[in-house]
Amino acid sequence: MSFLKLSHLEKSFGPNRVVKDFNLDVAKGEFVSLLGPSGCGKTTVLRMVAGFESVTSGGISIDGQDVVGQRPNQRNIGMVFQAYALFPNLTVAQNVGFGLRVKGVAHDAASARVHEMLTLIGLPDLGNRYPFQLSGGQQQRVALARALAPSPQVLLLDEPLSALDAKIRVSLRTEIREIQKELGITTIFVTHDQEEALSMSDRIVVMHKGIADQVGTPFDIYNRPTTRFVAGFVGTLNQFDATLIDPTNGSVEIAGTKVALARTINAREGAKIGLALRPEAIHLGRAAGRDVVLPGNIRDVHFMGSVIRITVNFAGGQISLDTFNRPSAPPPERGAAVVLSANATDFIVLSD
Amino acid sequence: MTRIAAWGAIALGMLYFLMPLVGMAEFSLKMRRGVYSLDAYARVLGDPKFQETFGYSVVMAIFTILFGVLLVVPTAYWVRLKLPGARPYIEFVTLLPLVIPAIVVVFGYIRLYNTSSWLPLTGTAMGTNILLMFGYTTLALPYMYRAVDTGLRTIDVATMTEAAQSLGAGWITILARIILPNVLVAVLSGAFLTFAIVIGEFTMAALLNRPAFGPYMQLLGANRAYEPAALAVIAFAITWACMGLIQLVTRLSKHDRARN
Repeated sequence: MSFLKLSHLEKSFGPNRVVKDFNLDVAKGEFVSLLGPSGCGKTTVLRMVAGFESVTSGGISIDGQDVVGQRPNQRNIGMVFQAYALFPNLTVAQNVGFGLRVKGVAHDAASARVHEMLTLIGLPDLGNRYPFQLSGGQQQRVALARALAPSPQVLLLDEPLSALDAKIRVSLRTEIREIQKELGITTIFVTHDQEEALSMSDRIVVMHKGIADQVGTPFDIYNRPTTRFVAGFVGTLNQFDATLIDPTNGSVEIAGTKVALARTINAREGAKIGLALRPEAIHLGRAAGRDVVLPGNIRDVHFMGSVIRITVNFAGGQISLDTFNRPSAPPPERGAAVVLSANATDFIVLSD
Repeated sequence: MTRIAAWGAIALGMLYFLMPLVGMAEFSLKMRRGVYSLDAYARVLGDPKFQETFGYSVVMAIFTILFGVLLVVPTAYWVRLKLPGARPYIEFVTLLPLVIPAIVVVFGYIRLYNTSSWLPLTGTAMGTNILLMFGYTTLALPYMYRAVDTGLRTIDVATMTEAAQSLGAGWITILARIILPNVLVAVLSGAFLTFAIVIGEFTMAALLNRPAFGPYMQLLGANRAYEPAALAVIAFAITWACMGLIQLVTRLSKHDRARN
């Protein structure tokens, strides 16, 4: 039973359709990320749920109640913005208590709830400070506490980590996820950062040109992308054009090299299909049990500390692969002829 | 060399502005022959007409400011939030009082709201006071609107509005508890300019026959020598006190410190 239901949601700005037939069912307590590049419509979907954008067509229901006709202040939704949006004239405690005051919660109960929320975000002693006296990370935590204080039915997070520096971003995303789990609140998280989406979400919706390209768990999205866009957008992926030789056993030819994928492929013989392979699935050199061998020569070597990313020229294109750094085995020189090996089962068949 | 030239320019500017003021202040102290005295000030401040007209204008100024704030803050906020395309037109309208003389406005008022019109505001003292307040609001509109609009520019109006809405706040709560407190310094600077305009305004008050401070100053200036100078010094003191108050409020409002 879905708690938040978006059905056939459409949004147009003039002739420009920015959200097209968007459907999503979110279970109670689920953390769903809308992931996609700028302009894909993810923020528009979020803003329609919040009520800040009108719906061109389609429905939004929360706990079985249609909210499309409701104003934003009637929807019982908590929202955290990229720009924090704390009220500069109010102290931290007043900011957190704002929604409670608007609701008419009694002073004592509101104070207790504010203290509870400030403790939850780990800032119980900063209630008397003003927003300008806090760091970016602290401000965003206060914004989260403010959104949660009135006990909203749904929490909406609009790229809340984008304005923070890398280290704070990583620690805060863990905190947000822990708080979300603790409270069991249904959450929609908008981000263009795949690492954030992969590490925080129960499910991810990858959006592209206003449609949901793929919906799935982070594991599925990363390991089994179904479209070229998802494959290219989430993580680094080597994409290959292949010719289907035998659809029944998945025998294909990649730049003259025959590969048996050992699965049925739903296309006719001789069809051009897209294949993909993650960099971590490719091994430099031959290895036992890896049945696919691809020849090439080293184009570039990027030393990134614990991991070395190697780019290899292959059949007019390039293949990227990752190897762990080992002090006893220096990376190969540029231009060196190498062979790469992989498992046929690691190849991903892409649909367009 | 450049520094000396800069200081020289500042000194020249200061002389240009201060010399007439010093001359006027000095003249206002010369009522008693041969010695400096505060006789002119004592006579002005002791004049019941001064107290009456000044009191009237202060009350009018307060109501004008209140009405102006109620009119301008929601308008500027709404234009910034929902009608950004209408900003040039609204700005043009708010500038009209600078190019349309007050005498034209007041004759328009008299023609529209005279005792034989459908809304005979000039028929009663209260009605005329209300009309005068509208007139003052119009005259102060260019300053009030610009001050408030500049204040709104310093805050993220759209995001703060959405944040407040998501917390359940309606328009009145948003305006009263979020927008107005955050543009308070700008509103106050607009309010003090309005105060200065109302205190010195002559045309509208004279033609609507209200006992305001402007006509009193004109009357005094036409008939006395030293008292008008004393009155001008008092008017300057009030203006500077207002400017000092703006500074004080700016410093006292804690949340604005980060922006200054």
